[in-house]
Amino acid sequence: METLLQQLINGLTIGSVYALVALGYTMVYGILGLINFAHGDLVMVGALSALQTMMFLMGVAPGMSPIAMLTLALLVAMPVCMMLGFTMERLAYRRLRNAPRLAPLITAIGMSFLLQTIAMILWGRSYHTFPQLISTTPLQPIAGVFITPVQIAILITSALIMVALILLVTRTRVGRAMRATAENHKVASLMGVDTNAVIAMTFVVGAALAAVAGVMFASNYGIAHYGMGFMPGLKAFTAAVLGGIGNLGGAMLGGITLGLVESFGAGYIEDLSFGFLNSSYQDIFAFIILGLVLIFRPTGLLGERVSDRA
Amino acid sequence: MKNTVVAIAIMGMGVSFAQAQEVVKIGGVAPLTGNISHLGKDLENGSRMALEEANAQGIEIGGKKVKFEFIGEDDQADPRVGTTVAQRLVDQDVKGIVGHLNSGTSIPASRIYDQAGIPMISPASTNPTFTQQGFAGVFRTIANDIQQGTAIGQFSVEKLGAKKLAIIDDRTAYGQGLADETEKAAKAAGAEVVAREFTSNNATDFNAILTKIRAANPDVIFFGGMDAQGGPMLRQLKQLGISAKFITGDGGCSPEMIRLAGDGINENVYCSMPGVPLAKMPGAAAFLERYKARFNADVQVYSPYAYDAANALVKAMQAAGSTDPAKYTPEIKKLNFPGVTGTVSFDDKGDIRGGAVTVYQFKGGDWSAM
Repeated sequence: METLLQQLINGLTIGSVYALVALGYTMVYGILGLINFAHGDLVMVGALSALQTMMFLMGVAPGMSPIAMLTLALLVAMPVCMMLGFTMERLAYRRLRNAPRLAPLITAIGMSFLLQTIAMILWGRSYHTFPQLISTTPLQPIAGVFITPVQIAILITSALIMVALILLVTRTRVGRAMRATAENHKVASLMGVDTNAVIAMTFVVGAALAAVAGVMFASNYGIAHYGMGFMPGLKAFTAAVLGGIGNLGGAMLGGITLGLVESFGAGYIEDLSFGFLNSSYQDIFAFIILGLVLIFRPTGLLGERVSDRA
Repeated sequence: MKNTVVAIAIMGMGVSFAQAQEVVKIGGVAPLTGNISHLGKDLENGSRMALEEANAQGIEIGGKKVKFEFIGEDDQADPRVGTTVAQRLVDQDVKGIVGHLNSGTSIPASRIYDQAGIPMISPASTNPTFTQQGFAGVFRTIANDIQQGTAIGQFSVEKLGAKKLAIIDDRTAYGQGLADETEKAAKAAGAEVVAREFTSNNATDFNAILTKIRAANPDVIFFGGMDAQGGPMLRQLKQLGISAKFITGDGGCSPEMIRLAGDGINENVYCSMPGVPLAKMPGAAAFLERYKARFNADVQVYSPYAYDAANALVKAMQAAGSTDPAKYTPEIKKLNFPGVTGTVSFDDKGDIRGGAVTVYQFKGGDWSAM
């Protein structure tokens, strides 16, 4: 039982990071139909620029409280990623908006390599230790389940951010413009929506979420390096597809589901397959679930049936 | 004008006749770029130093003075680049190879050297397969993973008192091979393997498998993999409240491991390294001094093994009285000389005889030999 609960905590923690990253994929897809493969690398840029800020702060103000330092680091990392997201859209994707679908897709993959290489030049190839400003010492175990303050912080922060994002999209003017643009951006622009600004805004918001996810990821594991965005990016993309790409609630559900499936998969695959499979197949487990969901619900868990746009 | 050119040409010829010595090219391969480039450079320095010293002594082979020329190549720790540079060295007509560093590059490259009939001695590759391919010219001056895994398994049971052992590996040739050997040795010594889990060499989250291991309640956890995974793994062990002892192989026996593990590392953490600690090597003191003087750097890990490997090539050529690989390769098998790391002599397969393994414990902020 305590193992089951512990796997639940493990799954929820990693799942909420996936969910935050998946939101960025799904928002951009919802509006442009573009899969922004460089989104995972924004996670890395967020973590590394936060790390850089922390190193700087530790140098100039060693006595600063950890929470203040973390907040300042986030306040630097988020704008850095937001500017990067904006620049990517402005310089690369906007020019290709009317190009065949493959062109922006390949460009996105190229962007991902570009970001990784630049990060490698700036921060080097080696792994960096990420200061764990929120304690990672587990609290007094409850019923044999260990949870650390940083995990609690991750769960709370991501829940708050998701609620805020939903409010932004459903309750504000900007959100309405986003939904209108997603529906049909020609018509939206005829109705007076500045679709260019809305699309840029979508990239910027997604990038900010990626920055937060990056800092959470690095704080939890205590490491950061230039290739760290790749795996969470891939997993988050899977999560977005699982939940129904283009759907915000779907990305959240998909992220959490994927985290749980991975965690329980690694923990129980051996018992479930009577020792035939073991934990080296934990990723297969996640993809089997994805396959099954897509067979029965091709648009994902929460995806709506969409007709092809003309 | 024309006359000057002729004069210079004649002078040039004169010089080369006067030297009348054979130039022998020795190739050295290691990753000189990338995240283990510091280890690669260390390896290269070791071989370079041995050859420079041989040149300074004015060694004669078969009655002729020879001059060794060192050709260093970078394999980037990448198997594909490894085979490309191997072919390049073969094309340059090298007479012997000191390298490569990683098992993953040494194994594919060894086929190319074997086809060209050139002997290679690796000072660093520990995967058992390397010397088991049936190639006559493949040797190593460092203990292999069978020796290392056996040592870890026995140490876990006899010294750490493991009755229940959990094993994790990263599914690479190195990690998996070492884990298999450790498992074998631990079972033979009477321990029970209560969990065998797997991860990958680019993973950062191990919570799920560690939670599973926690349920099995082992006394000792072994990890076959590199420091980039081992460090975060130690942090997560602490976060999950697991207090079992932890032991890993040479991939985690680095200063990097200590740095990445942060507050997750303590005196319950052990690691093993093939070979003996520098301080216990018979020729270490003099070697360290010369190395420092020549390169103005500290010895990392592999340079003493590379130094012995390069000397093994030179000594085999002297014994055969020839620099022809076909003639001197059989002599490598017969060598028996005191090197920096210990007595250098190879068994039938090409493994170093009596390859030692040392276990280190984390103590006072650093690895200390036990």
